[in-house]
Amino acid sequence: MISLTTPISEAAIRALKVGDEVSISGTVFTGRDAVHKYLHEGGKLPPEVNLKDGILYHCGPVVIKDEQGQWKCVAAGPTTSIREEPYQWQVIRDFGIRGVIGKGGMGDKTLAACKEYGSVYLHAIGGAAQVLAECIKRVKNVYMMNEFGAPEAIWEFEVENFPAVVTIDSHGNSLHKEVLATSQAELAKYV
Amino acid sequence: MNVLQDSLLELIRRTSAEIPDDVHRAITRSLEEEKKGTIAESAIKIIEQNIALAKSKSQPICQDTGSVIFYVECPVGFDQITFEETAREAVKLATKKGFLRQNSVDSITGKNDGTNLGPGAPTIHFHQHRSSDISVRLILKGGGCENVGAQYSLPNEKLKANRDLDGCRKVILDAVLQAQGKGCGPGILGICIGGDRATGYEASKQQLLRKLDDTNPNPELDKLEKDIVETANKLGIGPMGFGGKTTLLGTKIGVLNRVPASYFVSVSYMCWAYRRQGVNLDASGKIQSWLY
Ligand code: SF4
Repeated sequence: MISLTTPISEAAIRALKVGDEVSISGTVFTGRDAVHKYLHEGGKLPPEVNLKDGILYHCGPVVIKDEQGQWKCVAAGPTTSIREEPYQWQVIRDFGIRGVIGKGGMGDKTLAACKEYGSVYLHAIGGAAQVLAECIKRVKNVYMMNEFGAPEAIWEFEVENFPAVVTIDSHGNSLHKEVLATSQAELAKYV
Repeated sequence: MNVLQDSLLELIRRTSAEIPDDVHRAITRSLEEEKKGTIAESAIKIIEQNIALAKSKSQPICQDTGSVIFYVECPVGFDQITFEETAREAVKLATKKGFLRQNSVDSITGKNDGTNLGPGAPTIHFHQHRSSDISVRLILKGGGCENVGAQYSLPNEKLKANRDLDGCRKVILDAVLQAQGKGCGPGILGICIGGDRATGYEASKQQLLRKLDDTNPNPELDKLEKDIVETANKLGIGPMGFGGKTTLLGTKIGVLNRVPASYFVSVSYMCWAYRRQGVNLDASGKIQSWLY
């Protein structure tokens, strides 16, 4: 298990390779479909949302207000990343993101952006909403709630030991491509 | 207090927070299958922790609490309108309590009013029967796995799939290959052979109401179900598509008649976070027993 703490240096990212298990601590921002489309269309981020050397998490959490009026994250697993494939490369380039957490993997454009700008794709365990919510120690803030609604808003989380697996590294490797190729070859034997 | 509403609220809570026993057993078994020290094993371990944590905290297993789909079996004369109104209230309340995420979006405006109510949300299927029993089953069908579902029209030249069971097998395995880990595998397939485009998908989802360890009454389909699971687990897709031994936990296949011109095979993919529960209710709406 390799520990990563935000802000993350390019060197730390370049040292990672496909199949590495990592444990992330620090700040992560959520962003999914609405945010990516908005940024792609030239929308501006609120100034507090600083993604430089940071982590973007494809996640639509369940967050409720407790009795004291504090936000509490009760479920926070990853959402399917491939929907952001048309936009992700540009968001990585423009905001200097070092890691994107999600599930299901991403395609060639993101792979190329990871290589060019020094970023990785980190696969969290899809559906593990509770284990991952436990890693969220504090909800620091939420942005664009009115525009996008709770699951699509940008949440700022403080995380500790958030587990993920590097499935796209910054050297042009993708576990998703490898598994697809081997499973395809394997299937050919049985049909 | 409304007895039926309380019962439905409890049904939603339990469905969202607790994995049914049959599914949990299959996941536990898969942990033994995976090679020690692999990322596949790590993934299943986290899944196991998550199942335990969700249950003890009474919180959603997965944050995507999915499409809310009720299947109601009811006697003649059962008031479906009142049931539907009550179910909608229960869904709204369950959302407020955090058992369901605010998960229903207007398809045109993109607005989410936070209630989980709207056209088709929730979906309720009523089925009348001659007995006086009332049962309500609930599936919370996640979006990620729904997106990897597939419908094939046979013959399919590219896959060399003809209009027979071997053709069905080929397209089903193709669906597994295409899905990779994207539907939060290890997954469970609900399949319908036949029907039209709408009824085929509908019946494929209803297959997911079956217990994982049941046996298909049709021996040919039973054989196909087992073959699909066995073959899929040789492909090395594994949990989350990380590579590994467990690609599928189960496959359930049903059949509808078709018109001579059509031959559809509809595949619904259910993620490991298989949220499915059910209750028998008495006439007042009180829960008598749990179905899974
Ligand atoms: S596919 Fe299932 S486990 Fe994965 S995020 Fe969706 S609902 Fe959750």
